[in-house]
Amino acid sequence: MILLTRKAEFSSAHFYWNDAWSEEENRRVFGKCANRNGHGHNYTLEVTVAGEVDPVSGFVVDLKQLKDILEREVVSVYDHRHLNLEVPEFAKAIPTTENIAIAIWQRLEGKIPNAKLHRVRVYEMPDLFADFYGER
Amino acid sequence: MKAYLSRRYHFPASHRLHSDAYDAEQNRAVFGKCNHPHGHGHNYAVQVTVSGEVDPETGMVCNLADLDAFAQANLLDRFDHTNLNLLDCFRESVSTTENLTIEIHRIFRGFTAAHLERVHVEETSNNSFDYAGNVDLRFI
Repeated sequence: MILLTRKAEFSSAHFYWNDAWSEEENRRVFGKCANRNGHGHNYTLEVTVAGEVDPVSGFVVDLKQLKDILEREVVSVYDHRHLNLEVPEFAKAIPTTENIAIAIWQRLEGKIPNAKLHRVRVYEMPDLFADFYGER
Repeated sequence: MKAYLSRRYHFPASHRLHSDAYDAEQNRAVFGKCNHPHGHGHNYAVQVTVSGEVDPETGMVCNLADLDAFAQANLLDRFDHTNLNLLDCFRESVSTTENLTIEIHRIFRGFTAAHLERVHVEETSNNSFDYAGNVDLRFI
C-alpha cells in the first residue's frame, strides 16, 4: 500500500456562531471569530488516498482525475464563497477547521476510484490545521 | 466524529550539546560544532496535535484560545529567548531536540481539554523530531 497526497487551495469567508446561544455567549466562546460580518482565509486542502500501485500505469490513482474530483466536489463549491451563507453543510454546522475537514471527507467519500480515502487535512493558516480520518 | 487539531508555535532559543559524562575530546567528537563552548541558537517550531470528539455546539475539538493560552503560559513564557541549557529540565540531560520534544510532550500532557496525540519539533528546516509517548507514530 502507498499513500498519495494531492493539495488544493480555496479562499473563503466564514464566522463562528451558534444560534442556540446569546450574543454574549457567542462572543465569550468564539471571540473575534464571532464577528457577524465574517472574515476569511486562504485554505489549503491536502487529500491523502491509500491504494496499491497499478503495475501497468505505475499510479495509485490518476492525479489529473484526482485533481478534477477535488475541483468538482470541493473547490468549485467553497472557493470565493461565504461558507456559512452559501455552502449547504454549514447552514447548521459551524464552519470550524474541524467541521470543514469532516465535510470535505463526506463530499469525497466513495468518489475516488481505485483508492481509499485516508486523510483529509485542512489548513486554515500555516500554523493551524485539522485532520479527519473518517473516525465516527 | 473524532478529529485532530494541530497548532504550531515558534520560539528562538540557544543551546549547547555537551555531556558531563564525556571528557572534552569525546564531547567534540560526538557533538561536533554543536559543542562549541559558547553555544548557538535556533528558531524552533513546535507542532502540537490534540484530538477529540468535535463538540456539536462549537464545532471544535477544543477551544483554540484555551490551547494558545496554555502554550503561552507553559511553553513560550518558559522557553522563548532563553538558553535551554540553563533550564531545570536540561540540568541532567543534553538539550538535544529529542529531549526537548519529550519535555514539550510532558508539558502538553497537562492540557486537559483534549487528548494529546503527538508533539513535532523542528530545530531547523532540515531537522525535525516527533514524540507521542508510547503510541505508534504511524499517522505522520
